[in-house]
Amino acid sequence: MLKEVFIDHYIYLALTLFCIGILGVLIRRNAIVLFMSIELMLNSVNLLLVAFSSRMGDAAGQIFVFFIMTVAAAEVAVGLAIIVMLYRNTRSIDIGDANKLKW
Amino acid sequence: MLATYAFFFLAFIAIFFALLVVFSKNPIHSCLYLVLTMFAIAGNYVLLNAQFLAVVQLIVYAGAIMVLFLFTIMLLNLSSENEPVKSNLIKFIATIGGGSLLLLFVMALKKTDLGPAPLMFPNPNQQGMIQNLGKVLFSEYVFPFEVISILILISLMGAVVLGRKDKKVNPINE
Repeated sequence: MLKEVFIDHYIYLALTLFCIGILGVLIRRNAIVLFMSIELMLNSVNLLLVAFSSRMGDAAGQIFVFFIMTVAAAEVAVGLAIIVMLYRNTRSIDIGDANKLKW
Repeated sequence: MLATYAFFFLAFIAIFFALLVVFSKNPIHSCLYLVLTMFAIAGNYVLLNAQFLAVVQLIVYAGAIMVLFLFTIMLLNLSSENEPVKSNLIKFIATIGGGSLLLLFVMALKKTDLGPAPLMFPNPNQQGMIQNLGKVLFSEYVFPFEVISILILISLMGAVVLGRKDKKVNPINE
């Protein structure tokens, strides 16, 4: 079984990484680690896109991965600015302290 | 054959360090483990003949984004002492939930017919090379490429506006 690699192995790897990312979002309260878990999920999707693109011989998947990386960079820049702002106002990065928007 | 062993090695590295990202108490350690996960995924891109994306992954993710994370963690002076933790019950329920989702995905994949399955290695496709990707990017996808540049500009301005110190706004907790 371990002699050959099919597309299934890549799907399993990407799914495992994605679920680890979801687990991180669910069990951590640190806003920065939450962001890292989201990056992990984005990376697993990228890996799946590249695997299918490589298997199908189509370059479009890799172009999409390129765009996803760009959007992730923009997201991280704005998100970390928001976290720094949150820390400046509440003196903590606990995501549970950011509940003021509810009321 | 060598590529097969490399795949399983890289997959093990990626999953192991991804688990360490989630479970390590210190945010700086989480960040460094995430860099190693990115390296493993970049290795997988090389195996899949996507050399350009492997280099971009190393430069943009491991180089730029993770350095931004590290800067923020060190700026806020975070360590494992003031790390907020959830209760064990919530951790238990979250682990059950994540595991169930993985189980659901795997069961759905087992039921799916993926068609004729060629081996992933050796891979004769050359579409991941920078020449081919550049041709596709600047012919078919040139409009999204330009739109992405506007997105980058907007996020740049947003980060500057958010990070600016505003004296007039009162802190929430006071």
